[in-house]
Amino acid sequence: MSADFFYTVEVIINGLMTGVMYSLVALGFVLIFKASGVFNYAQGVMALFAAMTLVGIQTGQVPFAHLINTIFGTHLHKFGWEVPTLLAILLALGVMILFAFIVERYILKHLVNQDPIILFMATIGLAYFMEGFGDLMWGSEIKNLDVGLPQGGNIWLENATSDWADGFYGFYLDNLDMWATAIAVVLVASLIVFSNYTKTGRALRAVADDNQAALSVGISLRTIWVIVWSLAGFVALVAGIMWGAKSGVQFSLSLIALKALPVLMLGGFTSIPGAIVGGMIIGVGEKLFEFAVGPYIGGATENWFAYVLALLFLVFRPQGLFGEKIIERV
Amino acid sequence: MKLTKLAAIAVAAVTAASPVLADLVFPALSYRTGPYAANGIPFADGYADYFTLVNERDGGIGGVPAQLLECETGYNTEKGVECYESTKGQGSLVYQPLSTGITYQLIPKATADGIPIHSMGYGRTSAANGDVFGNIFNYPANYWNGASIAINHLLEINGGDISGKSITLIYHNSAYGKEPIRTLEVLAEKHGYDLTLLPVDHPGQEQKSQWLQIRRERPDYVVMWGWGVMNPVAIQEAVNIRYPMENFIGVWWSGSENDVIPAGPGATGYKALTFHGVGDDYPVYDDIQKYVVDTGKTAGAGDQIGTVLYNRGMYAAMLAVEAVKTAQEIHGVADITPAMMRDGMEALEMTEEKMTSLGLPNFGPAFSVSCENHGGPGLGGVAQWDAESGKWNMISDYSPSDMDVIQALIDEDSAAYAAENGIESQCN
Repeated sequence: MSADFFYTVEVIINGLMTGVMYSLVALGFVLIFKASGVFNYAQGVMALFAAMTLVGIQTGQVPFAHLINTIFGTHLHKFGWEVPTLLAILLALGVMILFAFIVERYILKHLVNQDPIILFMATIGLAYFMEGFGDLMWGSEIKNLDVGLPQGGNIWLENATSDWADGFYGFYLDNLDMWATAIAVVLVASLIVFSNYTKTGRALRAVADDNQAALSVGISLRTIWVIVWSLAGFVALVAGIMWGAKSGVQFSLSLIALKALPVLMLGGFTSIPGAIVGGMIIGVGEKLFEFAVGPYIGGATENWFAYVLALLFLVFRPQGLFGEKIIERV
Repeated sequence: MKLTKLAAIAVAAVTAASPVLADLVFPALSYRTGPYAANGIPFADGYADYFTLVNERDGGIGGVPAQLLECETGYNTEKGVECYESTKGQGSLVYQPLSTGITYQLIPKATADGIPIHSMGYGRTSAANGDVFGNIFNYPANYWNGASIAINHLLEINGGDISGKSITLIYHNSAYGKEPIRTLEVLAEKHGYDLTLLPVDHPGQEQKSQWLQIRRERPDYVVMWGWGVMNPVAIQEAVNIRYPMENFIGVWWSGSENDVIPAGPGATGYKALTFHGVGDDYPVYDDIQKYVVDTGKTAGAGDQIGTVLYNRGMYAAMLAVEAVKTAQEIHGVADITPAMMRDGMEALEMTEEKMTSLGLPNFGPAFSVSCENHGGPGLGGVAQWDAESGKWNMISDYSPSDMDVIQALIDEDSAAYAAENGIESQCN
């Protein structure tokens, strides 16, 4: 077989893995939408905030150092210690759970029974607040995130396949992408089990279907919201780690939410497997299109082609590939 | 009664916030928030700290204190224009728009208002033609100089011959990123290299397709015109595919610590263009430490001093201060107007002796500005990153760009602008 064939396969595999990275972001949206019918505009910023918090804890950074120094004339920056990665991840997760409590206590509690658009607007406000709050807490400089995940092309795979065809340099797969795929598989499997086979998971789905009915059978809406926002915070932390390891932790991390939107449109807003499958279809679709067509039309097709692909699917399945079909009786 | 009190407080607040009329006012259209804050902060700090230094050490410029008016743009063109409109009436002497998009919007406005603009290493390249753009300055170098300096560097390391070599330009898919294309195409005809163009959409967080293509095609050299997150991601991807870093060269907006540190040790060898010195081994930093840092008057946290973008901000402020001094000399008054500032910028002459006396020996190229040439001689150098020491090192002197090619492009573009806007010669 020719080198072109293998390069096409390489593009497809890399597209699948990039798609999984998109899915990690999309999952957070799905969790909150599934449980509360709210499109959480702040999910991208949550990923940024979670990653900033992780780096801050890991490197022993003093939170709000700039503010403290300005007010008190001190020169605090670091505590002088470093926290082991695993402990730092657990502490960052703790912060995200605390964040979920605060969101429920000060925002969601006051918006029970409001239209979804009101809740959506509240998450827009939350996103902008968190952008500023994150900068104030941890500073806006680019932070290096190292949690020990290997990065770079897999040399063994490259060497093992480099003689498969003339002009073929071997398959390129990024070690970080492979880790992301493995983590995403475990994450999705856990979330599916949690959602379908645990009492709390079923309560989440009941709240999503009708929060008034759920309240009437004794499900605590407030507890459910805290749980679901905590889960979304956890997913945001995982996404923040994976994307932050690629580019450093910086403001643009919040913009990865833009890559999750076509995934959600395609996979459906309520399906956890849909987020993964949707991500992979978007990833492969955009990479193949860029590979095959991009050079003839000037390149940089990925951003818009992902949305075209999602729209094409929507024409035939408006609820997305895995979304629940909504039947409203009159 | 209450209303009267409120009105009095409001008037007092406005008065306190406005600069004293006798001050020399320098607006700073900075961006300390948003997607590009990490790059905007060190530049803004450097710009502000130099004016603080001049005030604290020298008692101002020619005895008149410098006043900085900082306005947050978030690197957003609309906000940048708002900042201009809200500060232009406060005696602003010169604008540094700090964004190519904002610069394009301000060119007609500032020209009409008679306020000079200094877009150093960015903005509209053909503004170097002072005969058309009387109020716009882009010394000491512009994008097209940058493209040519990159090619000259490749010529130098290839014994003067790059015919048959393949060069890929990976660029931010925006007006800024497309700036060098024309120059690189003209230079490709002249030197016989093959040019491939690879655009990356904003923000550039995902570049797998582009780097898989580079891995397949194995160009001899990659030139980058990136900004923001696009830079560290590109450098990381280059490390991932084991592209030889010494063959990867970025423009000066792709050459800060923020761009290389996230890629770790693998980024060693990456090169970037520059039109000013790197590091903090200059006497001026002793003064900044003494008069600004130790007195707690730094604009930011004081942790950016000596970084590439801090140096660039400080350099921009230093050139503004020197232009004020020139204007004061020309007009014989200390409290100059924007029109006098324009004259000072047009007569600016930066010699090595002057740079040394300012505590910045060999920090930037020697150059002079004239009515016809607002862009300077287009000199630039190349710096290389060493991850182990965490430092950029200059690996070349400030060398000239191919002005035969660039001047023709500047003349062509500025003539079209002049015809479109009915602008007559400014130098006759």
